[in-house]
Amino acid sequence: MNDLRTELKKSIIEQLNLEELSVEEIDNDESLFGDGLGLDSIDALELIVLLEKDYGIKLTDPDQGKEIFVSINKMATYIETHRTK
Amino acid sequence: MGMNKDHYFISSYVHIRKSQIYKNGKLLYKSEANTTVSSFLKESYKELPINYPKFHKMDDLCKMGILSSSILLMDEDYSDDTGLVLSNASSSYNTDLKHQQTIQAMVSPAVFVYTLPNIVLGEISIKFGLKSENAFFIENEFNARLLYDYTSVLIDNNKAESVVCGWIEVKNDEYDVFLCLVTKKGAIPFSIENLKKLYLFENE
Repeated sequence: MNDLRTELKKSIIEQLNLEELSVEEIDNDESLFGDGLGLDSIDALELIVLLEKDYGIKLTDPDQGKEIFVSINKMATYIETHRTK
Repeated sequence: MGMNKDHYFISSYVHIRKSQIYKNGKLLYKSEANTTVSSFLKESYKELPINYPKFHKMDDLCKMGILSSSILLMDEDYSDDTGLVLSNASSSYNTDLKHQQTIQAMVSPAVFVYTLPNIVLGEISIKFGLKSENAFFIENEFNARLLYDYTSVLIDNNKAESVVCGWIEVKNDEYDVFLCLVTKKGAIPFSIENLKKLYLFENE
């Protein structure tokens, strides 16, 4: 279970070019947007692409992103129940 | 056209060429082992006091713009009314190519947003809190007259108090950058001749 969270952190750091962050520095409950990691709207689109590419999850309603991309824990829970690959 | 000859001044200037960064003609940083533009940019960022994590998310052209403007404006007097007049020959070539490659598989929004050369103007404005006019021109080669005319018009008409103008060319692993800060005070008169002369400055 924790492997998925570590894998997610690695992909987020790589895909979003968060060069100055390491896996250990991202808390599972830390908010991804706003005060936490400080991701922006382009990063949100990039996360949608990541879900589709790595886990076969296609978000049809962009508003869903707001509920899923809250934290690593929330993302992982969503992926565990919806992944097709 | 405002043709106030020698009315304004070049108060500082920057060159980035062949793994070397010069400010006002003096060598500031030289990268020894770097062959690619991305490794040069990464090394330079680490070595110089830039401290702007968003830098890593940018494409090569914007990184080059942030690097060169940070050095140009370091210790200089400028306000948020500083205009930007930049130019190059290859537009956003490296990113256009990268985008073309990604469309074969899955498009990356983070790559796509940099497929325009004028994005570098926005990135510089955000970093330095600039709220003035800006323009980006695509020219075959460094065009001193164009930069001189456009910059002079902006200051003449009170559209900007000072202007950062110059050339930021990045294509594959080749790059050539020359920026100058044009203000109402300084030692070098702002003229077409001086722009040409400073641009052609040969690094050792």
